[in-house]
Amino acid sequence: MEYISQIAFLLVVGFFGFLLFKRITQIKKNILLGRDVDRTDQSGERWKTMLLVAFGQKKMFKRIIPAVLHMFIYVGFIVINLEVLEFLIDGVAGTHRIFAPILGGFYPVLMGMFEFLAVLVLFSCVAFLIRRNVIKVPRFTKPEMKGWPAMDGNLILVIEIVLMFAILTMNATDQVLQAKGDPHYVQTGAFFFSSFLVPIFEGMSNGALVILERSAWWFHMVGILAFAVYVTYSKHLHIFLAFPNTYYSNLNAKGYMDNMDTVTNEVKMMLGMPTESTEPPAEIGRFGAKDVNDLTWKNIMESYSCTECGRCTSECPANHTGKKLSPRKIMMDTRDRAEEVGASIAKGGKGLEDGKTLLGDYITKEEINACTSCNACVEACPVNINPLDIILQMRRFVAMEESGSPASWNSMFSNVETNFAPWKFSPADRFNWSQELKEESNKA
Amino acid sequence: MSENTEIKIPTVADMVAAGEVPEILFWVGCAGSYDDRYKAVTKAFVKILNKVGIKFAVLGPEETCTGDPARRAGNEFLFQMQAMANIQLMNSYEIKKIVTACPHCFNTIKNEYPDLGGNYDVIHHSQMLQELINDGKLTLKGGGEFKGKKITFHDSCYLGRANNVYEAPREVLEALDAELVEMKRCKTKGLCCGAGGAQMFKDAEPGNKEINIERTEEALETGAKVIAAACPFCMTMMSDGVKNKEKESEVKVKDLAELIAEAEGL
Repeated sequence: MEYISQIAFLLVVGFFGFLLFKRITQIKKNILLGRDVDRTDQSGERWKTMLLVAFGQKKMFKRIIPAVLHMFIYVGFIVINLEVLEFLIDGVAGTHRIFAPILGGFYPVLMGMFEFLAVLVLFSCVAFLIRRNVIKVPRFTKPEMKGWPAMDGNLILVIEIVLMFAILTMNATDQVLQAKGDPHYVQTGAFFFSSFLVPIFEGMSNGALVILERSAWWFHMVGILAFAVYVTYSKHLHIFLAFPNTYYSNLNAKGYMDNMDTVTNEVKMMLGMPTESTEPPAEIGRFGAKDVNDLTWKNIMESYSCTECGRCTSECPANHTGKKLSPRKIMMDTRDRAEEVGASIAKGGKGLEDGKTLLGDYITKEEINACTSCNACVEACPVNINPLDIILQMRRFVAMEESGSPASWNSMFSNVETNFAPWKFSPADRFNWSQELKEESNKA
Repeated sequence: MSENTEIKIPTVADMVAAGEVPEILFWVGCAGSYDDRYKAVTKAFVKILNKVGIKFAVLGPEETCTGDPARRAGNEFLFQMQAMANIQLMNSYEIKKIVTACPHCFNTIKNEYPDLGGNYDVIHHSQMLQELINDGKLTLKGGGEFKGKKITFHDSCYLGRANNVYEAPREVLEALDAELVEMKRCKTKGLCCGAGGAQMFKDAEPGNKEINIERTEEALETGAKVIAAACPFCMTMMSDGVKNKEKESEVKVKDLAELIAEAEGL
């Protein structure tokens, strides 16, 4: 009988651990639907980028208010989770606050710090709820945020608030029980913040207090585990993926577009130039991207790393002037499609052959045609996501597989082909300016 | 001009035929060759190159589109056809160093031509102007007519975010002794003029405002009398915006090279 709570604890941890493992395996498969791209070079630069951008949150600080609030939650998340270590040991060993006697006088200091962070997290979550629902910061009310995405954002904040209250309740009741001399509750000394809550619980019976303290402990533990599983289905996955996502950042100049080597081979053959490979060209897949499997695994990883903050969209000149394009929606659509295809394959369904495609069923040509390739979205993203890369790959599909570019682009193409300039000018007139300049300066 | 030397605009072909090699190739670009407004920038820059006595050359009739708008619009085939032809030509002339007044050409030749065998040291004309000023080759005689005037600089996306060139154009403007006033959105946060990514060659998608109008309003808010640009597309978009706001008699859109040439009395 006395081991029942330990057995229950192990079962609970095992259950959620299993769910988490299954879900992570699925997400990994979904990411690997994408084609290969090598992002393993320059490891020093990659570590540096990860440390600055993900760990150090460098790009968050372009907007100071959300950056500070976010930092409270981020530091809170990391530090308070140290306490989970104690939870785990206590849960398995059937002990209570195992670190208290070991750390002695430092224990209440540590707890005070955790509680301080818990209070900051509470404050920040409330502030974020107000920003989303009362102030209605424009980037949180764009069309792509209607329905589930808005609910997802609010749910995460509410869950975090509830979890923080559970910690404070647990600590407060623990202190009351200590004061009442319950032998199971080791003396730890007062915890600064939860001691303010002590008066609420002082009148309760020991039995009620133990139930409340244990409930809060279990609620927090199960809450964290359930939240971890929830995170994998939500936009909140950035808490883990921000790190690999920034490590595998694009390190080229932002203006660089990758070269399509399959095209290079064809062009060289057309021009009668020697091609590098002597083998006959392998079956060439699709040019550009129509569906998730045409994108790179990095594009898909980025879609799972997106937390829908909308900084990209709020900096996008097209979105700013009422066009349909929203870089955030490009990322959300990519993730939704990867999820759909992955779930279908897992069920033995049609997967990619389900008659739907990312371009067409999720993203429209009107959206990709509105992009000015200005890189504002790429610059704005706090975790180095690149929506522009997806847009440009889709334009390649439209131009080369469908010949479906806007008519004026098709005219521009033929101008470049025939006149070697995007406008309809004669190549013979290209150097006229030099004669004009000579005449002008002779007159002067 | 008092100096009665005729302006020189040598082509690489002529130079090579005479057994010489240019120190630097001035890549003019399509806008710089054909667009009436941007031809003035080409001419101003050539005057500066003549004045400082750099041994430059142009490709002249042999130059063709870098392929940038085709690539951004998705036509990789056409881009690579253009790129390979240009690279073959430049490699045959053993070109080492290139300067251009177009950030799109700059980005493409600098970042994308190496994949296809074109490796050159490429600079934007704002960087060259900055170097010339720093080296004392352009003295600017106290800034000339721009001294103390409010000038704002509109960042080109392909110069700024795409290639992290933010300071060179600003240092050039500071050399004019002008009062450099920044727009609300500048440098890494600079707002696009609306023409990048091949938008220059089509109408905007349906929306509630043109991007260049939004940007022009921001520029006018600074109270600057000169909007300095460093890109042919930005030049067109900002000039159209100023016209749309009926401010063209008070506010001028000028390229850096034009400002320097004017300050130098060229």
